[in-house]
Amino acid sequence: MTSTLSGDPRLKSVDRAIKKNGARGDALLEVLNTAQESFGYLSQDLIRYVARELHVPLARVYGVATFYHLFTFKPKGDHTCIVCLGTACYVKGAGDIVAALEAEYEVKSGGTTADGRLSVTTARCLGSCGLAPMLVLDGAVLARNDANSTLERVAVVLDGTPAQEAD
Amino acid sequence: MQPHDLQTIASKVQAVRGKQRTRLMCCGSTACLSSGAEAVRTALDQAVKAQGLAADVHVGTSGCLGLCGRGPLVRREADGEPALTYHDVDAEVAARIVATEAPSAPDVASPDVASPDLTSPDVASPDLTAHILPETHPFFARQHKVVLALNGTIDPEHLEDYIAHGGYAAFARVVTTMSPAEACDEVKRSGLRGRGGAGFPTGIKWRAVLDHPGERKFVIANGDEGDPGAYMDRTVMEDLPHQVIEGMLIAGYAVGAQQGYLYVRGEYPLAVKRLEKAIRAAGRQGLLGANIFGTDFSFKLDIRIGAGAFVCGEETALMASVEGSRGVPRMRPPYPAQSGLWGCPTLINNVETFANIAPLFAGGAEKFASVGTEKSKGTKIFALAGKLNQTGLIEVPMGITLREIVFTIGGGIPDGKAFKAAQTGGPSGGCIPAEHLDTPVDYESLRALGAIMGSGGLIVLDETSSMPDVARFFMEFCADESCGKCVPCRVGTVQMHGLLDKIMQQRATPADIEKLQRLGELVKRTSLCGLGQSAPNPVLSTLRYFRHEYDALVSEGQA
Ligand SMILES: Cc1cc2nc3c(=O)[nH]c(=O)nc-3n(C[C@H](O)[C@H](O)[C@H](O)COP(=O)(O)O)c2cc1C
Ligand code: FES
Repeated sequence: MTSTLSGDPRLKSVDRAIKKNGARGDALLEVLNTAQESFGYLSQDLIRYVARELHVPLARVYGVATFYHLFTFKPKGDHTCIVCLGTACYVKGAGDIVAALEAEYEVKSGGTTADGRLSVTTARCLGSCGLAPMLVLDGAVLARNDANSTLERVAVVLDGTPAQEAD
Repeated sequence: MQPHDLQTIASKVQAVRGKQRTRLMCCGSTACLSSGAEAVRTALDQAVKAQGLAADVHVGTSGCLGLCGRGPLVRREADGEPALTYHDVDAEVAARIVATEAPSAPDVASPDVASPDLTSPDVASPDLTAHILPETHPFFARQHKVVLALNGTIDPEHLEDYIAHGGYAAFARVVTTMSPAEACDEVKRSGLRGRGGAGFPTGIKWRAVLDHPGERKFVIANGDEGDPGAYMDRTVMEDLPHQVIEGMLIAGYAVGAQQGYLYVRGEYPLAVKRLEKAIRAAGRQGLLGANIFGTDFSFKLDIRIGAGAFVCGEETALMASVEGSRGVPRMRPPYPAQSGLWGCPTLINNVETFANIAPLFAGGAEKFASVGTEKSKGTKIFALAGKLNQTGLIEVPMGITLREIVFTIGGGIPDGKAFKAAQTGGPSGGCIPAEHLDTPVDYESLRALGAIMGSGGLIVLDETSSMPDVARFFMEFCADESCGKCVPCRVGTVQMHGLLDKIMQQRATPADIEKLQRLGELVKRTSLCGLGQSAPNPVLSTLRYFRHEYDALVSEGQA
């Protein structure tokens, strides 16, 4: 079977993970983790590839991949905003931040805007509860946010100008 | 390596360190990094170089210093002087800290701790004293560090640092002088109970695995840390990776296992990185691998990374996940001690439990048991968060009252608001209202109140928090995380969440509250695994103490 993947350099690390584990079925989770890390998401072709290389039924790969939250099956937007919805952040108003983002950009948390510009996701505790509510915007970890400061920061990122520390 | 080689390594490290008068340890944990610790570390290094103090001052990276809400933090240890911590440090403050280390500089007076002021805005103050927290500050003074004793003193990424502070010596002694049964007995006598939530006696569990026949046995450290508002285990793995490994080695020897797995939550890349580095370093020194210390004992350790599923913290689900399957729990018995990973006898403990092992053996069971209450020995780490002046990571003796945690260590509630409740145990736990603030924190007392010790999440709520809303928050989490295998949990959590939604939107009737209560008890009694069995706890507990808030929402809606 030919796929869009053949020759893709990103397959290298996936192949390494498969080889390291001697193509055993119990390596599935680790291999999927690696695959998602290098491709950003698990495409149909990628899932088929993993099944074939590990000699595991495709149904089992799908079953495992869809069970765990960290795996995604669609590409991410150009920018990502991860809002911590852990308990500490929630009691300090993180729910309002998510609601504000959903309303402003017409996107459901976990999804990407129609124009593919912004993905909004939530996380469960970023381990900085003392600085709640926490946000990760394009990889930058930002402390002590509220709905307004978040909307401002996201707007700045989407405008293409570098995010400034809003004090 | 032989046991005495540990001493050689320790002496070498001490020979270098001994010449330096002061150690400035910049916190390198997640919270401080997100408030700018990297720039502080660079500034410290540069200032030491610029001021020509490299011979006197050692600058290092430490694990979590605890007061995460006031980072970046820098800890100062100096020969013959009490340790202290600088808070709210930035690059400019860092340079001034270093300047005070010059031999000609006048001493910086420690502030008066009788009136600690941490409610001031967190900005750089021209007065360095305003950034100092002495060890006598209530945030530190009421803590008791057993597991985290080395945090702030050693660099998490340096095996030699750990060895210089007694690391791996307990393991060396166990494996060369004790029998596996004696090691299990020592743990039993210490009274240590599992820190993953349920509090099962650790020594009894170890003995069960030792006694169960089997050629192949496994040891698993549970680092899945599912509670969505807590980071004790993450800190232990990131900051004390060798202490976890040493605990697993002792456990492996005591139960007769040759292979261990560290199951780490997928969201913790730094923990994975540090554990991988630690495993490699230990392997290079011969502390992992074949015939350790020239004995018959061989032990291999691998990491398995989770992929975001709360239920995988449950031990049978976790083992399914290690085997590469969907993390779905199964009925117990058989318990993991009888039939665990790939059907072999398996010991599974929480990472904080493992981190207790080396200190336990280093000081002996009696010393360990001298801290705590009759049935809950030792200390517990809590991630203290919510509506508090001082939030962060704390380690306290079992039996401390909640009041001391909230008002002494946590510094009380900000903005003059009143305390309403403390929530422990996250989505499996319950809340403790103001009238029970003097309850000692131990497994039995908390259970009697309808809360649990849990794994260490402790969230404080003030008068502005809505308890039904908190209950809905946790129920949404449980409905989302239910694996779907059993009906009570799969359907029950969704139904309960729907009822809580209705209540919050003021569309509910009194009958809905009754239904919520009945459903909660049903789900608790009939679910297959701990997730479903404990999912109703936040609801039942808030109904028990804050029923009036539910009733008010109903009557406001009907009016
Ligand atoms: C839904 C659920 C989630 C759990 N999550 C964790 C967890 O994140 N970490 C943990 O150590 N134990 C967790 N446990 C408890 C484990 O099943 C197990 O009891 C524990 O790892 C045993 O270690 P201990 O005896 O050292 O506490 C969870 C249990 C349930 C039912
Ligand atoms: S709950 Fe958000 S950082 Fe912990």
